Amino acid sequence: MIHLAGPYILAALLVGLGVMGVTVRRNAVLLLIGVELILSGSLVLLVASGATSPSRWEASSVLPLFVITIAAAEVVVALAVILAAFRHRSSIDLDEPHSKAEVGAGGGEQV
Amino acid sequence: MTGLDLAFAACGALAVVGGLLAVTTRHVVHAALWLVVALLGVAGCLLVLGHELVALVLVLVYVGAIVVLVLFALMLTRAPIGPDLVHDVPWWRRMLAGAAGAATTALLLAALLPLAGGAVERREISNQAVATEIFGTWVWPFEALSVLLLAALIAALAVSRGRRAEEVSGE
Repeated sequence: MIHLAGPYILAALLVGLGVMGVTVRRNAVLLLIGVELILSGSLVLLVASGATSPSRWEASSVLPLFVITIAAAEVVVALAVILAAFRHRSSIDLDEPHSKAEVGAGGGEQV
Repeated sequence: MTGLDLAFAACGALAVVGGLLAVTTRHVVHAALWLVVALLGVAGCLLVLGHELVALVLVLVYVGAIVVLVLFALMLTRAPIGPDLVHDVPWWRRMLAGAAGAATTALLLAALLPLAGGAVERREISNQAVATEIFGTWVWPFEALSVLLLAALIAALAVSRGRRAEEVSGE
């Protein structure tokens, strides 16, 4: 016997932590960590849904596998975009969306 | 409170503490390593809920592949060894982010907790049943996901090599 309040509280806390991570980070790579936490919260919720009622096509076990796969594909593309942007702007600061000219002037000082 | 509840609470506490440190630490590499702790806690919770295949895939794919990718990206973007002072945020922004996270948590709790009734029976899901359903009912989404992974691989290669091809054609 297990109470379902536990999975629900854990999912809510993980999603809240993920939202906090997405909003607080300025490093583009660390923003992905917040996204991963949100996705793991959704995983806990999906799996807990299978404990309440017998799912017909084992959806509570198959759909989390699909979510994990899609998350892996998303992270691969996101990291490629971040690396391309880093090569282009030599910065991964999310607070400077239009610093192309500044990077041209300030990038030389850093190097 | 049963033994399963206690085991779930222990794994959940590990996941929440790991997640909190992952989003608040100033060391960028430590953030990725705390994410490993959080995901191991989540995998433990899934094991307690009876979905052992999902827990193992979570450890393999998330901890084994995604965290390693994030660590590689941190190294390639010249992450500092010590605290990341370049990307430091002011205190009021930390407060606002914490408030946003707390508000999301409160919203989800208000929506979900009324749905949680009494204790339910734990349902162990065998790997054989999952395999039968994946290659029976879910076979077309499964194949579509393999195409998606291939497309993501090629897209990542194209995006990360695009600049060089442009330079070569420009010269």
